[in-house]
Amino acid sequence: MNPTLTIARRELKGYFASPVAFVVIVIFLLFSAFFTFMLAGLFEQGQATLSQTRYSLGFFGWHPWLYLFLVPALGMRMWSEERRMGTIELLLTMPVTPWQAIVGKFLAAWVVVGLALLLTFPVVITVNYLGSPDNGVIVSGYIGSFLMAGAYLAVTSMTSALTRNQVVSFILAVVICFFLILAGYPPVTDLLTNWAPTWFVECIASFSVSTHFESLQKGIIDSRNLLYFLSVMAFSLFTTSVIIRAHRAG
Amino acid sequence: MIQVQNLRKEFGPKVAVNDVSFTVAKGEVLGFLGPNGAGKSTSMRMITGFIPPTAGSVKVGDFDMLENPIPAKRLIGYLPENAPSYADMSVAGFLGFTAELRGMSGDAKKKAVNRVLEMCFLENVQHQSVETLSKGYRHRTCFAQSIIHDPEVLILDEPTDGLDPNQKHEVRTLIKKMGETKAIIFSTHILEEVEAVCSRAIIIDRGTIVANGTPRDLKLRSEQAGAITVKIVDGDGEGIRAKLSHLNGVDRATLISQRPLTLRVFPKKNSGSDDVARAIADLAFQERWPLQGLHVEEGRLDEVFRAITLPDTKTKKEETK
Repeated sequence: MNPTLTIARRELKGYFASPVAFVVIVIFLLFSAFFTFMLAGLFEQGQATLSQTRYSLGFFGWHPWLYLFLVPALGMRMWSEERRMGTIELLLTMPVTPWQAIVGKFLAAWVVVGLALLLTFPVVITVNYLGSPDNGVIVSGYIGSFLMAGAYLAVTSMTSALTRNQVVSFILAVVICFFLILAGYPPVTDLLTNWAPTWFVECIASFSVSTHFESLQKGIIDSRNLLYFLSVMAFSLFTTSVIIRAHRAG
Repeated sequence: MIQVQNLRKEFGPKVAVNDVSFTVAKGEVLGFLGPNGAGKSTSMRMITGFIPPTAGSVKVGDFDMLENPIPAKRLIGYLPENAPSYADMSVAGFLGFTAELRGMSGDAKKKAVNRVLEMCFLENVQHQSVETLSKGYRHRTCFAQSIIHDPEVLILDEPTDGLDPNQKHEVRTLIKKMGETKAIIFSTHILEEVEAVCSRAIIIDRGTIVANGTPRDLKLRSEQAGAITVKIVDGDGEGIRAKLSHLNGVDRATLISQRPLTLRVFPKKNSGSDDVARAIADLAFQERWPLQGLHVEEGRLDEVFRAITLPDTKTKKEETK
């Protein structure tokens, strides 16, 4: 079997052997249901949609914020635990390239998030029962949400490789992801437009997950949006490999 | 099987390993000795490809570890220091995982796992998770991992550390047996282990090799090597010592203890220990000393070790004095 998949399978088992995966999935489901139905007022808005609108964050609009804490919590042990326990020495002296190990670990965590996302299906059923939403837009929203989680996870993989302390890795990941949200958050961009040229504001905003996620929520599967998320992942995972190599070189 | 050439590793300004070269052939068990912090683990990490050397090269089989790491790593089984393993996995699960990483699947994997479970006496705990095991079991689990693919090269960093005497004995027997067909490097602090298991030993101190030879050769370097210990039931210690020191070919004789009367006779450089021993026996017969024992010392490894390595308690200043 491909070593990447072997590692991914082991990691996945690890997530479910410890309660990490269950805790993350349950909290994600509880909070997304609470926010969607109680805070965003899905029933009251009189519109069969899961996307965020001008007046409400809807269902998907909460995801950047929910992921902000849950994804780093899920991924923080990815490499720091490996370093703390010394198993990294075992793993990297196996006939496995560091890249295979990095991707394997990343995929396993991404599957856990994907599972959490799949388990939100009752929301989809609810809006379909109440009205007739555009299911294409919903699928596009789900794709966006999944990609965004992947981007957060890749960032967490990077911060996790930096330190053997999980708490430090968690906090660093939260800070970086928070920046990725804020760069395109209207209150921040509004602040910038007052004094910065438009191109600068657009440039900053284009680094943000919010901008790209919002257009995916509108049902626009634009190659630029996909490319954005994929390049955040590729860059962060590549940086992970650089950090691991630097750490080994001493 | 293993060729290490001019290996060097710097951590910042500190030189951890300096110009280490040696080879290990199939059928050889190389003991890696040295005080703590001498660079044993760092050398092993470079040989197994975990950390890249600052300079020098490592060749395993036909493959260079830097240029061709994957096939080189395939040939190696490695037990890192402190025997790490994934705490959340069961023993059999962990071994299965490592077997899969080694490219095994299905029946071959099952067979390999069962083989090492049996070899390392882990059958009773195979379904237990690693974190519930005692240190000895964890250690053996990691050891089992290193031999799961029946590697040609085995690198063991302190394989008997933390084991009880019985387990130590089992592991030593295992290493010795596997040493007949594999190239093995293992590090240890325990000198008797080297004598029991190794066909060759390297002593490393502050990053450089200070001795390289068979345990027998190394022991000959000891001051005591070739000296003759004489035990006599009773007698006038000082008188006997004087007579012994005047024997032909004897450099000096020292009184070690009075009761039982024990003396050590050091032959001159160019005279053989056996001849001197015979002369002592003859003298004892003539003088009617109640001789209890007479034997030629082989030399002691710990003495050699102490003589050529510096204890880490000594500071650099003392060293230069």
